[in-house]
Amino acid sequence: MPQIIDLTNKTFEKEVLKSKIPVLVDFWASWCSSCKMLELVLNELASELKNKLKIVKFDAGDPKSQKLVKKYQIQSIPNLQLFKNGKVVKELIGLKSKETLKKELSFILNNI
Amino acid sequence: MPRDISKTLYDTIIIGAGPAGLTASIYLSYYKVSNLIISDSIGGKLSLAHKICNFPPEKEITGTRLKEKILEHTKSLKNKIILDEVIKLEKKDNIFSVITLNGKEFKSKTILLAFGTRKKKLDIFNEERYIGKGVSYCFSCDSMFFKNKKVAIIGNGPSAVFAVLCLIKIAKKVYQICLEDSIKGETFWIERILNNPKVEVLYRTKVTELGGENKLEFIILNKSFKNKKKLPIDGVFIEIGFEPDTTLTKQLKIKTDKLGYIVVNKDQSTNISGVWASGDITTGSNGFKQIITACAEGGIAAKSIFVFLENLLKNQK
Repeated sequence: MPQIIDLTNKTFEKEVLKSKIPVLVDFWASWCSSCKMLELVLNELASELKNKLKIVKFDAGDPKSQKLVKKYQIQSIPNLQLFKNGKVVKELIGLKSKETLKKELSFILNNI
Repeated sequence: MPRDISKTLYDTIIIGAGPAGLTASIYLSYYKVSNLIISDSIGGKLSLAHKICNFPPEKEITGTRLKEKILEHTKSLKNKIILDEVIKLEKKDNIFSVITLNGKEFKSKTILLAFGTRKKKLDIFNEERYIGKGVSYCFSCDSMFFKNKKVAIIGNGPSAVFAVLCLIKIAKKVYQICLEDSIKGETFWIERILNNPKVEVLYRTKVTELGGENKLEFIILNKSFKNKKKLPIDGVFIEIGFEPDTTLTKQLKIKTDKLGYIVVNKDQSTNISGVWASGDITTGSNGFKQIITACAEGGIAAKSIFVFLENLLKNQK
């Protein structure tokens, strides 16, 4: 199963902005229960969508993360942002079931 | 989509993994009743509580920690928990079929409904547009993103009280907007709110509109506050209570009250043979929806299910 990479401020640019395939960034925090639930769903999706999409996570609760949190206007977590060619093309907020999220992502990936 | 049907016939399937469902699973396991928990999330509203001070074994504990402790106990008994959403319930020849969003089907002799209630929305224009852009339904998840900002908590019940207490520590200014003329909850916490200079409470006031260009920037009130109906705000936390989701209860024709809460007997049984209900979704415990009453209802249901299954076995012999 592909590992979901834990991003830092330093690796964000290389892993997300310069990625050749679309990237789904999971903005999460340690105090957020829904984020922990979503992580289980994302782990499974990372495996199932591995050729189409890279899934990574970024700790929005870390004080060091606040510059990027502000830049991407994170005000509610879990927050998923889909990047293509370095730009946000879709934002999905809140906990979703695997089936719902897979359908939404597949639809978006086929239409961007 | 082809359905993946489980071969196991469980004694009980528990729908919901909050305090009621998890406690029932623990009790059932000690009765040696095979059980499966299916839920789209773990912990129910426990996950939303930033501080719990009325659960007797703990003077003060976070909802997340208490959830972990109950879950640890449940898992130690080797109980199976499936993270999925139940979308359909059927009963045929006294066997229940539980069908999930991911296309799986599970079967059992009895069912325990413990899926709790969901958060109410304000139901006003533009509400959906600002979700994640200033509108939040989870103060324990999102408060930290409003450091030194102006926020409003809408609601006057216990969950609104805890949202205010949490945001006092983070935000620059906190408005509590109440539809009624008082705050409801435990006096100890209400006094903390009323004595805090950071907080202003607006009584008998309704939010009628949300506005802002790319994110929430202001709210419109139904009456003037300091001579203005428009209040500049960075974040709104909606804490106006909970409501039952009646999708599954309707499918099995389970009796509910006018608001959709499942009507239960003293032993947590419902009007449908083989179906029990526990926790916030029921009319039980004198309407006092607490962690301790949810746990108690889970335990009572488990005992009653055990007796039902024993009688079933006796009648088969």
